[in-house]
Amino acid sequence: MLRYALLRIARALVTVSLIVSIAFVILRLSGDPAIIILGPEAPPEAFKAFRHAWGLDQPIWVQYLKYFNAIFHGDLGNSMRDGRSALQVVGERIPLTLAITIPALFLKVLIGLPAGVYAALHRNTAIDRLIMTLSVFGFTVPSFVLGLVLAMIFAVKLGWLPSGGSDTWLHAVLPIFTMGMIGAAVIARFTRSAMLEVLGQPYIRTASAKGLVWRDVVVAHALPNAAIPTLTIVGFMVGSLVAGAVVVESVFSWPGVGRLLVTAVANRDLAVVQVILLFVGFTMVLANLIVDLLYGWVDPRLRTKRLQAGT
Amino acid sequence: MTIDTGNLNPTSQVSRPSGGSFFTSKGRYRAFFETWPPIVLIALFFIGLAIFVVATAPLIAPYDFMAMDLRDRLTPPALFGGTWAHPLGTDELGRDLLSRLIISIRVSMMIAFLSTLIAGTLGITLGFLAAYFRGRVEQLIMMLIDAQASMPFMIIALAVLAFLGNSLFLFIVLMGFYGWERIARIARGLAIAATEQGYATSVRDLGASPMRIYGRHILPNIASTLIVSMTLNFPEVILLESGLSFLGLGVQPPMTSLGNMVGYGRDYIQSAPWIMLVPSAAIVLTTLSISIVGDWMRDRFDPTLR
Repeated sequence: MLRYALLRIARALVTVSLIVSIAFVILRLSGDPAIIILGPEAPPEAFKAFRHAWGLDQPIWVQYLKYFNAIFHGDLGNSMRDGRSALQVVGERIPLTLAITIPALFLKVLIGLPAGVYAALHRNTAIDRLIMTLSVFGFTVPSFVLGLVLAMIFAVKLGWLPSGGSDTWLHAVLPIFTMGMIGAAVIARFTRSAMLEVLGQPYIRTASAKGLVWRDVVVAHALPNAAIPTLTIVGFMVGSLVAGAVVVESVFSWPGVGRLLVTAVANRDLAVVQVILLFVGFTMVLANLIVDLLYGWVDPRLRTKRLQAGT
Repeated sequence: MTIDTGNLNPTSQVSRPSGGSFFTSKGRYRAFFETWPPIVLIALFFIGLAIFVVATAPLIAPYDFMAMDLRDRLTPPALFGGTWAHPLGTDELGRDLLSRLIISIRVSMMIAFLSTLIAGTLGITLGFLAAYFRGRVEQLIMMLIDAQASMPFMIIALAVLAFLGNSLFLFIVLMGFYGWERIARIARGLAIAATEQGYATSVRDLGASPMRIYGRHILPNIASTLIVSMTLNFPEVILLESGLSFLGLGVQPPMTSLGNMVGYGRDYIQSAPWIMLVPSAAIVLTTLSISIVGDWMRDRFDPTLR
């Protein structure tokens, strides 16, 4: 288990450095920072001084190493809009985003998981078809359409809930509900197909043939085996807690990281975009790492088999 | 993220009519609807309609999609108190919604089509390269696949748009990076399995070049599965594109797309909800129809599911 864990951690570190490298490349591709900051009409001496001050006249690999160094010291530049540290600008939005994404995640799992398991256990019944039809809508209705329709019904027509802002907890209801419904549809679909695959396995037949009560077959044999694909998708959702709400936050004017990202992209506030990109990258890698370690815990075969295969 | 859209039509799993035994033979209509479930026929009808709109957009649009008529602002659709001069009503500048919808469908579908084509080409090429070279090359490609799959594409797209700016060409290429990793994974797996088969080893022993083996022999043999996965990629690109356009960061005015229309319509959600509802319905109908047909194709043509 220790070797498995170390291998996973090493892989996560490789991915992190890959993400940082890609950010570096994209940043360099986006044009000469000297021209962007000083404007194309600045005198050549000013360009030279600027490039020297920022280390842009050094070889590219020196710049690359310096970039790495800066990132691991948390030095990620300042927001172009208000001059504060980009890290700080993003940091103060994170709690607001988590305030809607974490409840939404609970909603997704609490609705999606039982719905998927139930649909698989009652395959081809009316309820299964109903759950699957609803889940198809979860896949094909964009979150902004669902959000706007919910806002139209509950805010405009009925007037029960506010349609945008973040003043009271009531403002969080519609965003949470919108994300929860769509995520629940995704989880239900994954869980159902994972369960169906497991239920077709010979060991399920064996367990039920040896006289085990069906409930015990499901709880002891089917559910743990169906957990793995479901764990993957839930892990992806945990990883996107910070930035998974870009569209929904914009629909409901919720001042979280997602909305910050949209305005930063529109204003080309590169320092802020970069911080969010790296932050999302790190949380995704962390979530994947946790999921990988959980795999090893749920499925003992992975601890040994993958190592032998050398991947 | 791989999205398994499951099995939409349970009836297609019932054994197909073979016309064999007296006890198993079915009525002609029943046999027909088991092969072609009604929901699939409806979905195919909508796809046909969308393709017709894409092909003839400027001809069938009753007005110029940019033409404003400030005396005719915010008129409701014909069946909700409007006039037949503007069957779906007009927006805040008096532009005809039907004409805008027609052009938007064309733009959104064209972007999704070109992007899926790019993703397919990229995915198949990288998948084949991994299958052919194995070893280091394969590990590198698999690492790229994992890296792409582990990031929410929306964030990558937003970052690229921030750093590189936006143009229609760049936007289509960017959307083309959506979903290639899934196609690459499938292409690699299928190609590795195919190289072991008799036909591939035979043409290799006859001295065919790798290009010929992969392009002329393996690709046609695994094409059906690849086309299915590209079909399932299509609606997701539409959703992604409309999401970005909704945020105002995708297709830029004066060009319009379905997401743009919803984005502008949200300001009139109280006074003129149809501006937002009409393009929303178009997005849902298109993506739903393509998903249904994609799932149905997968169940019918994907040999790995039998």
